[in-house]
Amino acid sequence: MRHRFACFALALGLALFPGCRRAGSGSDLTLAGSTSIQPFADKWAEVFMQAHRDYGVNVQGGGSSAGIEACRSGACQIGMSSRELKGGERDLVAIVVARDGLAVIVHPSNPIRGLRAPDVKQIFAGDITSWRPLGGPDKRITVVTREEGSGTRGAFQELVMGKTRIFRGAITEDSNGTVREIVAHDPQAIGFISLGLVNAAVRALALDGAAATDENIQNGRYRLVRPFLFVSRGEPAGHAREFIDFVLSAEGQKLVTKEGLLPVR
Amino acid sequence: MTGAKRARAGNRLERNDRLIRLALLVVAFSAVSVLLVITVFIVGQGTPIMFRYGLKSFLAGSDWYPSEKLFGLWPMIVGSLAVTAGALVIGVPFGLSCAIVLTEFASKKVRRLIKPVIELLAGIPSVVYGFMGVVILVPFIRRAFGGPGLSVLAASIILGVMILPTVISISVDALQAVPPSYREGSIALGATRWQTVRMVLFPAARSGIIASVILGMGRAIGETMATIMIAGNAAEVPHSLLAPVRTLTSNVALEMSYATGEHREALFATGVVLFVIIMALNTIANATSARRRKTQ
Repeated sequence: MRHRFACFALALGLALFPGCRRAGSGSDLTLAGSTSIQPFADKWAEVFMQAHRDYGVNVQGGGSSAGIEACRSGACQIGMSSRELKGGERDLVAIVVARDGLAVIVHPSNPIRGLRAPDVKQIFAGDITSWRPLGGPDKRITVVTREEGSGTRGAFQELVMGKTRIFRGAITEDSNGTVREIVAHDPQAIGFISLGLVNAAVRALALDGAAATDENIQNGRYRLVRPFLFVSRGEPAGHAREFIDFVLSAEGQKLVTKEGLLPVR
Repeated sequence: MTGAKRARAGNRLERNDRLIRLALLVVAFSAVSVLLVITVFIVGQGTPIMFRYGLKSFLAGSDWYPSEKLFGLWPMIVGSLAVTAGALVIGVPFGLSCAIVLTEFASKKVRRLIKPVIELLAGIPSVVYGFMGVVILVPFIRRAFGGPGLSVLAASIILGVMILPTVISISVDALQAVPPSYREGSIALGATRWQTVRMVLFPAARSGIIASVILGMGRAIGETMATIMIAGNAAEVPHSLLAPVRTLTSNVALEMSYATGEHREALFATGVVLFVIIMALNTIANATSARRRKTQ
């Protein structure tokens, strides 16, 4: 709900105040984009502003694609994307500021502890519709996915599905939180969310024999990892440069680890 | 002297009158022009893409994959109509019986107590209905009938409840507006209370009752928040009452936050389709009620 509001505000702002699109004017730095990165960016901004009291950092949501678009149009200096840039977006400079694991989650009562990646793919493609062939009960699988345009969905599509489509009949929710909520209350459900958001209400499945842990991500055995990107038009300069340097500094990266993400340095 | 004075005063009053009329006219037309601006904006934003990809693939296509430039709205059109029909099936009988009881069979005291309560129901935000649906109704449906619980059925029930206040209060007003002489005449001829309701009051209040159903339908088809929360939002034509479904309104609200470029235009096109459907439903409903009134 919150990000929808944030996006509304962003869209309204963009629509009503075209005069404010000028980047770099005044002392404010604006970040916009992925709602997955937003809470972390808020943390960074908070700490950063304590050290730099002379100017404010403004963090807005809107989603990865909207962030990239806003960055390109100059509505913000830094766009946030929780998926890799696509072909047409490669003209922008992308800096990996953290990495995030993607967890495939099921209800805690589900007897299945792990799946092979091709099975996950077939489940989300709608080819496997029952838990039975996977070693579970003879019940219909409830597949939960994110909406089109979501960075989390984009990353899952790229890492697991490849060219195969997520099937039409999948239940579609608009945030990590609601996906977790649905899976937490439906014993037959399967979904995917940010690894940092997995809690006791759901269980993260092992993939191809590797449990979804930070350790397995670091040593490369768990391969559902997506980058958190900061993008900008050309090499970031001025305030944007300072902020990115802070995020990549030891202090900034420590915040990343504390919040359940993986550092890049 | 006094005559001239009176004439001047009369002139002033007349002038004031004209001014007030003009002011009211301006205000009234600005309200209408807002509607016009909205219509022009939505149509302007949404129609080009429909013609670029072909009206047929837009309206009859069943693949909604905006990132692959596939914009088939058919599942959402069916979804909206299915959920609205479901809401009416549930809401109208309950609402009408409630209205009849309140006007004809309940005591004045009961009526005075219940009517404000029903009107209060209309004030509950839809997100609260949606939340109750997710917490209570969806798990119940999953346990009792199977499936994911998020379904046409769940959405129909919640929307059915949501349209109750509209259906009830307007029907009550319509039934109460029937002149007492009709009622008295019917009773005097020896009809029972139920016969009076069925043969006299109902036909007399028909246009009001139809209006209540139309307004309820409008609320059901336009409802977004509750639907997103309980319908499951799968962009597929529902094959049963227990299948998840996505409505046109959900489609817009769900993807709005991430949509750029053609995806965004496609969401405006979704709005255009919704607009046309609502206009068509209203026109049909108005036409039927008008014809019935004529044949009476």
